[in-house]
Amino acid sequence: MALIKDTQLELHRMMMLIRLFEEALEEMFSRGLLHGTMHLSIGQEATAAGACLALDKKDLITSTHRGHGHCLGKGAEPYKMFAELLGREDGYCRGRGGSMHIADLSNGNLGANGIVAGSLTISVGAALSFQLQKKENIVLCFFGDGAVNEGSFHEALNLASLWNLPVLFLCENNQYGMSMASEKAVAGESIASRGKSYGIESIQIDGNDVEAVYESVSTCKDEILSNKRPKFIEAVTYRYRGHSKSDRNLYRTSEEINFWKDEKDPIKRYIGKLLEQGITEVDLKKIDEEVKQTIRTSVKKALDSPLSPITNLEEDSYA
Amino acid sequence: MPELTVGQAINNALSRILKEYPNSFIAGEDIGIYGGAFGVTEGLLKTFGEERIKDTPIAEDAIAGLAVGAAMTDSKPIVEMQFSDFIVNAMDPIVNQAAKLHFMYGGAVNVPIVVRGASGAGTGAAAQHSQSLESWFCHVPGLKVVTPSNPQNAYDLLLHSFVDPNPVIFMEHKLIYKIKDNVVLNDIPSSSELLGKANIESKGNDITIVSYSNMVNVVKDAISSDELSGISIELIDLQTLSPMDMETVITSVSKTKKLLVCQEAPANSSVGSTVISNVVQSSTFSSLSSAPKLISGLHSPMPSAKHLETTVIPQKEDIIKVIKDMV
Repeated sequence: MALIKDTQLELHRMMMLIRLFEEALEEMFSRGLLHGTMHLSIGQEATAAGACLALDKKDLITSTHRGHGHCLGKGAEPYKMFAELLGREDGYCRGRGGSMHIADLSNGNLGANGIVAGSLTISVGAALSFQLQKKENIVLCFFGDGAVNEGSFHEALNLASLWNLPVLFLCENNQYGMSMASEKAVAGESIASRGKSYGIESIQIDGNDVEAVYESVSTCKDEILSNKRPKFIEAVTYRYRGHSKSDRNLYRTSEEINFWKDEKDPIKRYIGKLLEQGITEVDLKKIDEEVKQTIRTSVKKALDSPLSPITNLEEDSYA
Repeated sequence: MPELTVGQAINNALSRILKEYPNSFIAGEDIGIYGGAFGVTEGLLKTFGEERIKDTPIAEDAIAGLAVGAAMTDSKPIVEMQFSDFIVNAMDPIVNQAAKLHFMYGGAVNVPIVVRGASGAGTGAAAQHSQSLESWFCHVPGLKVVTPSNPQNAYDLLLHSFVDPNPVIFMEHKLIYKIKDNVVLNDIPSSSELLGKANIESKGNDITIVSYSNMVNVVKDAISSDELSGISIELIDLQTLSPMDMETVITSVSKTKKLLVCQEAPANSSVGSTVISNVVQSSTFSSLSSAPKLISGLHSPMPSAKHLETTVIPQKEDIIKVIKDMV
């Protein structure tokens, strides 16, 4: 199935937005403007962009500690995300969440989660709501390869399968849980095979091929809604940066990182494909310039916006 | 006004909620055909069907986690931890998720869930089925903790917990399930005003006794003893442990000038030690005529043998002795 040009350009635009957003964060971090750490998904943009753009606004996602891409993919405003990381009142969580905990309910993002596998059972609950409310939407649950060895992963898959819930489990297998290589951490045939063991139809895809992600998620969504069964995708990808800002990359070689950057980069690959298909460099340059401009103005606006006032935080703990 | 056990009162409250709130459902282990390990959900499956009475696998993490996700998406879940000891398997969704999301997401979401569990000792169920873990949850901002002691407050407090916009841990002591009394079947309230309010069980002037959960019943038994005749005792049932109604406690202690706290849980970092700490830090401290005292369970896992179990849990006689010493 060939995608229409507008969709292709939108996929490219989203990957660029995610990458430039995170590169801007890195720059702000190095200038000492950011308090705390962050987990960058540079190199993994195809999974977030492809998956989120295949969903409707009313479909929900749950996200992870490496969630900037998911958030942007689901339509969040870069300005409000920068503001959040800078502790500003206009931030999505008014400075209470930071990088790891952005939720954007208006766009169907139930929130990023700092606990590995913490959102698996939450996604099951949200899917149960859809089932009870007879809504024709799905919940897409993002998680990493590190999550598949947590007990709640197994409890969540078991329940989703038993109860025929409309949830798409999407594992972003970036091959390392912090320093732990997934091949040393995951017993059995593959991550995707774990989905199968719960009777959930599961596939493994190239998570750096944005169209493959987009099409797989679109197809899965249709099948979830028509067959009333959950689905499982393992998207194989790679993160270029360390786990967080304290990582010295002692557990992998620079050759390995460079191989992925040079040969498998999702943005570079997609540009090559689009040019082959007749999209011009002018088309792409125009998009890239627009994205750069969005990032520049969002950063400036966020830096100029007021800090979150110190309110009664004990009262804020309760609804 | 029907005469109901605590178990039946809770069943009535659940039934009423399910009837009046179509977006509510309950989930837990053996809550369907079995009717719950303590019979609390008996008959609900027949009335409300499998869609809303969700019998789950033995998977506490998933039970609590699905409640969080459902509550964030316009459902109103009440979930059951068969024995509250098993809540340990659900600590992440309760402590890291339910308690935090409202604050962490800047107020953008609420997580209105009720997690019910059968707590406490006295049934010979031994160390892994007898704990009183309520103070663990009092330590976590964002959670409310509720402990009924009788049929009426079990009924009312569950309805109020249900309408509260926050996650509520609702600990039902196993020994209260069979307690029977007349219950006014109040309507589901529009707000949870009862949470955070202590109940003055009996008025008195000589000593204030603060307690909660089943220990309120043990204290009541103690103070009705002839040995204490002539002593005027004010007994306060905290009902909600977080937030705690210190105003009622301090007002009482200002009057009686003596404070005794009775709980089944061990003393370390407990509800009772918090009550005493708050009183000692208040202006009432200077009016105390003797040091406040805490009667608590021993710092020991719960043994199964009856004579050992009663050694760990404070008994009526222990309470009588301390009251006589203090007054």
